[in-house]
Amino acid sequence: MSALSGTRAEAPPRAAFWPRLGGATLGRGLVTAYLSLIVLIPLAALTVQSTEGGMGTFWTAITNSEAIAALKLTLIASLIVVAINAVMGTTIAWVLVRDSFPGKGVVNSLIDLPFALPTIVAGITLLALYGPKSPVGIDVAYTRIAVIMALLFVTLPFVVRAVQPTLLVLDREMEEAAASLGAKPLTVFRRIVLPSLSPAILAGVALAFARSIGEFGSLVLLSGNIPFKTEVASVFIFGQIETGTTESAAAVSVLLLAIALVMLLLIGLVSRWSLRHDR
Amino acid sequence: MTVSGVLGKYGLRFAALGYLTVLLMVPVGMIFYRAFENGVGGAWDSVTTPDALHSFYLTLVMVAIAVPANTIFGVGCALLLVRTDFRGKALLNALIDIPFAVSPVVIGLSLILVYGSGGWFGGWLIQHGVQIIFAVPGMVLATIFVSLPFVVREVVPVLHEIGDEQEQAARTLGANGWQTFRRVTLPAIRWGVTYGVVLSTARALGEFGAVAVVSGHISGETETAPLYVWHEFQNFNTAGAYAASLVLALLALVTLFAMNISKRKESNA
Repeated sequence: MSALSGTRAEAPPRAAFWPRLGGATLGRGLVTAYLSLIVLIPLAALTVQSTEGGMGTFWTAITNSEAIAALKLTLIASLIVVAINAVMGTTIAWVLVRDSFPGKGVVNSLIDLPFALPTIVAGITLLALYGPKSPVGIDVAYTRIAVIMALLFVTLPFVVRAVQPTLLVLDREMEEAAASLGAKPLTVFRRIVLPSLSPAILAGVALAFARSIGEFGSLVLLSGNIPFKTEVASVFIFGQIETGTTESAAAVSVLLLAIALVMLLLIGLVSRWSLRHDR
Repeated sequence: MTVSGVLGKYGLRFAALGYLTVLLMVPVGMIFYRAFENGVGGAWDSVTTPDALHSFYLTLVMVAIAVPANTIFGVGCALLLVRTDFRGKALLNALIDIPFAVSPVVIGLSLILVYGSGGWFGGWLIQHGVQIIFAVPGMVLATIFVSLPFVVREVVPVLHEIGDEQEQAARTLGANGWQTFRRVTLPAIRWGVTYGVVLSTARALGEFGAVAVVSGHISGETETAPLYVWHEFQNFNTAGAYAASLVLALLALVTLFAMNISKRKESNA
């Protein structure tokens, strides 16, 4: 492996495909144009629109009491959700890697179901079980518990899938050594396993958080969208768009976008940090 | 193993499986129960109404345009990021991930602000007879936006891993760029591409928020299957909503199956 990376370092990576097809420049141009037309220009328009009426209007829009309540609920619910995800995601990953029981393969495949299931279906599903016509007698529909439940459903895979690969390659000798020296299982986990897993847990948590603060589809039916009570930021923005108040929708959107981008930036930093501290 | 060790092992297993059962398995099972509450015939009738059929057709149109577009973009972009050097590469690499950080509703709003009637390009486009927002093209754009990063993100690590020795060997032996790509690079990255395609398909099939904002939700015209589910549920046609949800859930299970196969092949390759 070191020999390979050595040769690659000497000869800078050259384009095998793009230059011969008309130049890497053309490829770069096409990629940039595609990304600009679909992602970058629209987001630029959003940012411009949010400050169209000056910073005053922007400020008024994001300090509107309904907007603040929605943003507060979104952030608090997302924090609760990622905390539960950090614990339960790690537990599930642990059980899937270290434990063995019949049907483990099926359970492992089902973890990705929330990624594959359309969010509106996720919402309807939870509503069918934990809604007004609940067959188990639990009705949390249109409450904040429903918001948290929907977010837990859609973010379930992030931490599990981030922790699993790290856990798979974790050296068990250290754990055995600690245990043989008399450490209790919980101590072994806290002192030996958790430090190695924490970058992965954090990466999963950051992705889950970014997803949570923007989630819409699974909440739109389940939360009831009651202003000041169960209305999250994305539902608030949707309402503003429907009533034609695009300036204020854009202002809250920019704020939400900024929070999510900071989160993605943190993922980058964490993964770089963990790479540097690897081995 | 000590008593506490055994307790810990079963305790953890119980906690993990219990959590998954309550949050995931029982709810998903409920769709089947609810959809067939009025019998198989009732479910069948609900998903074969003209509006329902049109919504499924439109969802397939979204997938048929967005997934190939993002696959071509994704493979090309991954090749640029891994095999070439240019200024701004780190920036491009960071920008690719933006769709994952943006709320679907915000995506819809941004598209309206550019392609809607009062938007940057919208006025000009409408003057020239091109309606994008509140029509199918806008919904396609929204679907492309939300599913854009998947193929790039799956192909980049595979390209890093395979290195470029084989590609360089092919070129030394006289293959041109296209031949090298088709005969050497593509076979090596095919399962990575497949996994990315499956993830993009899942997202394109199920996208709700971004499409809801730009569609104008006109039944039988600009309503995809997830929008149809929403609409029917709000109109108290819960049987229709559950039946259409069931179809989407079955598609999700197929996707899940494809995900597992391509992931396994990818790690074996």
